[in-house]
Amino acid sequence: MSQLIGLYSYWIVIVLMMAGLYIMIARYNLVKKIIGLSLFQTSIFYLYITMSKVDGGTAPILVDDADYVYSNPLPHVLILTAIVVGVATSAVALALIVRIYESFGTIEEDELKSIEAAEPDA
Amino acid sequence: MIDQFPALQIMVPLVAAPICVMIRNPRWSWVCAMVASTLAFLISIILLQQVMANGVIRYAVGGWAAPSGIEYYIDAMNAAVLVLVSGISAVVLVYAYRSVAKSVPAEKHYLFYTAWLMCVCGLLGIVITGDAFNVFVFLEISSLSMYTLISFGQDRRALTASFRYLVLGSVGASFILIGIGFLYAATGTLNMTDLAARIPDSESQRAVLVAFSFLTMGVLIKSAVFPLHAWLPNAYTFAPVAVTAFLAGTATKVSLYVLLRFFFSVFGKDYSFGQHLLNGVLLPAAVAGFVLMSLVAIFQNDLRRMLAYSSVAQVGYIVAGFSLATQSGLTAGIVHVVNHGMVKASLFMAVGCILYRVGHVHTPSLDNLMKRMPFTCVAFIISGMGLIGVPLTVGFVSKFTLIEASLEKGWWAIAALVLLSSLMAIVYVGRVIEIMVFRRSRETGPESSGMCEAPLSMLVPLYVLVGVSLYFGINGSATLEVAGRAASFLLGGLQ
Amino acid sequence: MKLYPRQRHRVLQVVTKLVIPFVLLFGLYVQFHGDYGPGGGFQAGVIFASAFILHGLIFGLKRTRDVLSPTVLRFMMASGVLLYAGTGLVTMLFGGELLNYSVLAHEPTHGQHWGIFAVELGVGITVTGVMITLFYGFASKR
Repeated sequence: MSQLIGLYSYWIVIVLMMAGLYIMIARYNLVKKIIGLSLFQTSIFYLYITMSKVDGGTAPILVDDADYVYSNPLPHVLILTAIVVGVATSAVALALIVRIYESFGTIEEDELKSIEAAEPDA
Repeated sequence: MIDQFPALQIMVPLVAAPICVMIRNPRWSWVCAMVASTLAFLISIILLQQVMANGVIRYAVGGWAAPSGIEYYIDAMNAAVLVLVSGISAVVLVYAYRSVAKSVPAEKHYLFYTAWLMCVCGLLGIVITGDAFNVFVFLEISSLSMYTLISFGQDRRALTASFRYLVLGSVGASFILIGIGFLYAATGTLNMTDLAARIPDSESQRAVLVAFSFLTMGVLIKSAVFPLHAWLPNAYTFAPVAVTAFLAGTATKVSLYVLLRFFFSVFGKDYSFGQHLLNGVLLPAAVAGFVLMSLVAIFQNDLRRMLAYSSVAQVGYIVAGFSLATQSGLTAGIVHVVNHGMVKASLFMAVGCILYRVGHVHTPSLDNLMKRMPFTCVAFIISGMGLIGVPLTVGFVSKFTLIEASLEKGWWAIAALVLLSSLMAIVYVGRVIEIMVFRRSRETGPESSGMCEAPLSMLVPLYVLVGVSLYFGINGSATLEVAGRAASFLLGGLQ
Repeated sequence: MKLYPRQRHRVLQVVTKLVIPFVLLFGLYVQFHGDYGPGGGFQAGVIFASAFILHGLIFGLKRTRDVLSPTVLRFMMASGVLLYAGTGLVTMLFGGELLNYSVLAHEPTHGQHWGIFAVELGVGITVTGVMITLFYGFASKR
């Protein structure tokens, strides 16, 4: 039982991650796929932040107190970078979706597949 | 000055990229990219010489010493890959000028070269860094610019190919991120040398195992190892052909380098291959990859798609070499990384020449091409021989080493399957050569007679690459020596 | 989203005009206070860009483009990266490693202040440029 409640943060990570993966696989709409991808990436950010948490710790700001308990700042910094990467990925993906819509007239994966299959190779 | 070279290796393309954006003129942004690429190539050669002479180079970014700071770490392995990446980038960029001028609208050229430079910067960064999280950051820099480069393709299917690569590639990169996170949780460090020291004593071996699985899956997606290669054929087929030549020579190779680095340097050979974790997965996937993908390549009518499937097959050879986990197996894998990089880049460049003049690369309609484009066809044939592994070409050097390595371990079946897949390569390359050289065109229209060779600025880089690969085919001991040094570095662990 | 609204959104327009200077000021605060407290180039860049995006949403894309043309944004994006990379190159010229700010001034702490300031400014300029460019790019599609 303590496993279930004590590690609730990790359970949230797992639920978010699986939800993201499921959306990516099960939805045909490209925008929804990107929403799934963002959710998936967010769950990883959450994983990093969870593991940096120290019980009773506060923000890692330098003070003159030897007993000052603070969370590990390094994963926060890493995730700041990863968030920027995630934003960039979403931006590139959305730009691609706009261009796909302009040239194919649809952003449904199954329709795209049938249009592509009809086009000749080479 | 010379001790700043590891940083300059990354900084040169990184500084040149925004300058390209500012210039905006198609010709001058190309010149800018060309200068940066050439400089990066020279730097990488000097670094390789230094490493071969004096051993490992370490460079502490920001003056913060490892393990707390980010460290650039160069040994024989990554010095060789640095030379490969920056060299292919420089050669293909010469070639790209005419090829891109024809297929990409002029007002987008500066963006194309910017994306190219960022991609080079990212790839070089992945290779040079000794910090696990830094690998992820550079991986995303190179991947994002790669998606952009692929979407420059003329065919509208380039967009969907790029999108699918983006989704799969991001999942792969996210897996790598999860893996690095668990490694950090288990050991409390991100420096590769430090990780290698702390993993065996870590209290939470289960977290290490999870990290190992996620990293392996992520890198296998990025390097397009057989069952995870779905993004590759379309991406290679519809990207601008200069981009394909560059990516085929470098992108998957750099991911394979990451695989090596994590398997052998960070986790160590005994961890990666000692627990029967990987042995049941990696070798079968590699072998199935090179047999099945060679078979699929035979039935492709688009020359680019045929070469793309052949690329997946070649990745299979490389991974098979790695998964033998012996000195000679690793040497074979590393040598094939370099050799196949050169061969596949020159093949795609030849295809680009055909595309430039003929306008399509539908194999059955390329009959009698030898009469019209003799130089391109000769280059294609020589590189095709390299792909098959005919003696005196680079393909022979690496395949011979691979067969030797598998026989040394007593795995006869692997050697036999390598030979079988080489036979298939003879079929698919031979079919193209047969059509090009011997088949007479059924209708001899005015457009199919007379010479129409590709421009010199495309032929010269093509022949430079063919020449280099011929040299290394005849003088195989040169690459084998570097690869052997790299293999013993990897098996010996980080110093 | 209506990008070219007529006169009827008076209240929104007046409130926006009031809010934008404060958003810009807050952006600058987050930018330049970043080396002492929470903040920095990424956050400041996004806040700064959000002021322009708000302007674009309320007054229409055309009027925002008159304020900040895409050409200016292109130079902003490039110069931010150049400022970052240039700081790295300068530290290398001074004999330190890449981005080793300690060599920038007589005293290491002082040099680190200078270095962080320049690098964060570069990040802020680039992020502002990229965010507004993204907005222009998507908002100009129908």
